[in-house]
Parts: sequence; C-alpha cells; structure tokens
Amino acid sequence: MEALKNKVNELLESGGIAGFLGLRNFGSEPFPFLFTRDTAAEVEKITTGAVRYPLSKILIRIAAVYPDAIFGIMCRACDERAIIELFKNTKLRSDKVITIGISCTDDLVQACKCENPQPSNLVSGEAGKKEFDRSDVQKIASMTLEQRFDFWTEQLGKCIKCYGCRNICPVCFCDVCTLEDQPLVKRGEIPPELPSFHLTRAYHMAGRCVDCGLCEEACPVDIPLRTLYRRVRESVKELLDYLPGEERDKVPPIQVLGDGLFEIRD
Amino acid sequence: MYYECIPTTCTYCGCGCSVVLQVLDGHLVGVLPGKTNPVNEGSLCIKGWTSHEFVYREKRLKNPLVKKDGVFFETGWEEALDTVAGKLKKIKEESGADSIAALASAKCTNEENYLMQKLMRAAIGTNNIDHCARL
Ligand code: SF4
Ligand code: SF4
Ligand code: SF4
Repeated sequence: MEALKNKVNELLESGGIAGFLGLRNFGSEPFPFLFTRDTAAEVEKITTGAVRYPLSKILIRIAAVYPDAIFGIMCRACDERAIIELFKNTKLRSDKVITIGISCTDDLVQACKCENPQPSNLVSGEAGKKEFDRSDVQKIASMTLEQRFDFWTEQLGKCIKCYGCRNICPVCFCDVCTLEDQPLVKRGEIPPELPSFHLTRAYHMAGRCVDCGLCEEACPVDIPLRTLYRRVRESVKELLDYLPGEERDKVPPIQVLGDGLFEIRD
Repeated sequence: MYYECIPTTCTYCGCGCSVVLQVLDGHLVGVLPGKTNPVNEGSLCIKGWTSHEFVYREKRLKNPLVKKDGVFFETGWEEALDTVAGKLKKIKEESGADSIAALASAKCTNEENYLMQKLMRAAIGTNNIDHCARL
C-alpha cells in the first residue's frame, strides 16, 4: 500500500497526472475517489482489497469533461483489459491514461479464475498466481441441448431487468442501447423476452467482454452471466483469434467486420 | 476537478439498499450500487439504478402547491400546512376522525413513518393508517 501511496503522490506532485482514480476508505468502506493535488491529503486513505467498482467506466465520464487532462488509474488486470478495449473504441485515449497495477487478493483470484490476474506495471502487492479454470463453461457445454436450454431458460427467467449487468460493465458504453430499443424490448415486461434480451447483450459483448465478472456480481438474481459471456469470449477467440483486452496492438474484429453503420475514427 | 462517491440509502422503497452517489464537480452524475452493504450486496433494482434522475428534473416539486378553484398554485410551507390542518380539523368536526385515513410512504424513513402514525392516532384520533404498498 505504501508503494501505491508513494507512486500516486509522486505522480500528482510531478504534475504528470491531473488526477488519480482509485478507491478511498470512506468510514470503513472503500469507494471510488479522484485524488488530485488539492485533495492529496486523502491519498493516506487509498485502499485496494477485494472490493471492486468499475473504475475504468468512471474514468470515461471524468475524461469526457476533461479531455486534455492525463489521469492515473488504479488497475487490476481486468480493469487494464477493459481500458485496452476502451482505447480501441476511442472512449479513452492511451496518451491520457497511466495505469497503476494492483494485485488481486487470493480470494478474488480463486473466485474469478480469470485468464490473467496480473496487471502490467504492478505497483501494489504481488502478482497473483494464474488460476484459470473454465470448468463453468465446460459443465454447461457437457449438457445435452435440451438440458442446456432448460438450464438457461430457468436462469434467464429470473431476470428482473434491472440493467445492472449493462450499467456496471466497463465495456458497455453506447449512447443508445439496444436493450432499451422499444420495439425490441417491451417496457414494463419482466422477465424480458427469453432468451433474446440476454443473447443480444451476449452478442454485443463479443470482442469486448474482458471477463471481469462485474456483471455477475451486480446481478440481483445470481444469473451466471460471466459464464455466458465467457463462452462468447471463447467463440471470438476460436473464430477470430481475438481475446479482448489481451492484445494491445490487434485491431478488434468489429473494426474489421463492421457493417458500415458502425464507424470508429481515431 | 473533483470527483467523489457519497454512500447513502436509496429513496425508492423500504428495503434500504445502499446507493453510492457519484458527484463530479458538485454535480450528481450517477449512482452505483454499494458493494459492501449487507442489504443489497452490490446489486440494485432498476429504480435504484435510476434513483438520481429526478434530482435535476424540471418537473420536480420544489415548493408546496395549494389548489384554488381547481388550479394548483405555488405557495409557502406556512400556507400549505395551515390549509391542510384547517381542512383536516373541519372534516374531523363535521364527519368524525374515522372519516380520515393516511397512507404512509416507503420513500420516507422509519422515523418519519412513525411520526405519521402518531399524527393519525394521537392528533387526529383514528387507526386508519396504512402504507403505500396497499395502494
Ligand atoms: S477478473 Fe478477478 S482475478 Fe481476474 S484480474 Fe479481475 S479481479 Fe483479479
Ligand atoms: S464480465 Fe460482464 S461486466 Fe465484465 S466485461 Fe464482460 S460483460 Fe462486461
Ligand atoms: S443484472 Fe441480472 S436481473 Fe439485472 S438485467 Fe442483468 S441479467 Fe437481468
């Protein structure tokens, strides 16, 4: 933690960054906070731990108001993966963001079992062991088609359409969301149409989902969303040889396969 | 440049989920679910997720309104409360306390709801008190 505090103070004092987005203890609980030179005294309260907020998504909002400022951001490996995708989708600028890596607790690594819990530029903590495990995807893949259909019908049927999965997702950034498209998704209908609501989101996550699991964490009815999107992530890897967030210099498939309506400018 | 998160309680219903208000340069820009609160454990319903939206809405009531000849007029609290108290008193005198009922609100705190039932039972003199979920 001291190394992180020192790094943040150093960056703020040198003027290298205008602000550092991280977690600050407010009472005894951590919440997102932007540390600036004016609030440098707060750096003492910076914290890491196992609580996760969508910092990269918050940074989009702040950077939109201060497009010329350079920001530092506290990053787990998944935050960094999200930031890489946000660079590619021009929601953040790579010359305006400095990532400061923090390690994940063993509990978090055990719970997530993501491909890579090791951020680059690790400043706080020791790099967590990779515990990648796709048994959740395998378990569902081993079911018969009928069992699988029943499984997902039951799971998705619990949906209360809170939009939490979308709202918390660091790579859900569209101004107009298909999931609110009136003819497609009826207002006031719970659960939303199955399985189209969830599959629409799953397809939209293709080439973007960085397997952070924030969606599943936010889902009030415990739908195994991460498993669903993991499968999509794997398909993208198999079919298009692209693993979102892992390949800094590779052009994302949507920019290659775009239908002309979706235009990304630098 | 100032961004902070202020934890508070969702104003929509009686569950009491923790919402975190995101404030950017003094402006409320969004909410997040409180991740460490045992009530909602990092989740919200759609109302919680949009619970900040009314704050700057044009249509938000900022002053009490009193209806005169079928039309609402903005007024001060003195007049509004005098009107309500006067009418309640009149109805009670003419038709009895049990001709009055009150519906409390899940958008208020426990303490406010306690005061509401106290007003009905002790000041008005009726047990006709219920909550908004009965509507
Ligand atoms: S997905 Fe989980 S284990 Fe992987 S980097 Fe993120 S928080 Fe750490
Ligand atoms: S795991 Fe969920 S929240 Fe994270 S990037 Fe994928 S869809 Fe978004
Ligand atoms: S978070 Fe869960 S309940 Fe909410 S919209 Fe997404 S799938 Fe449905």
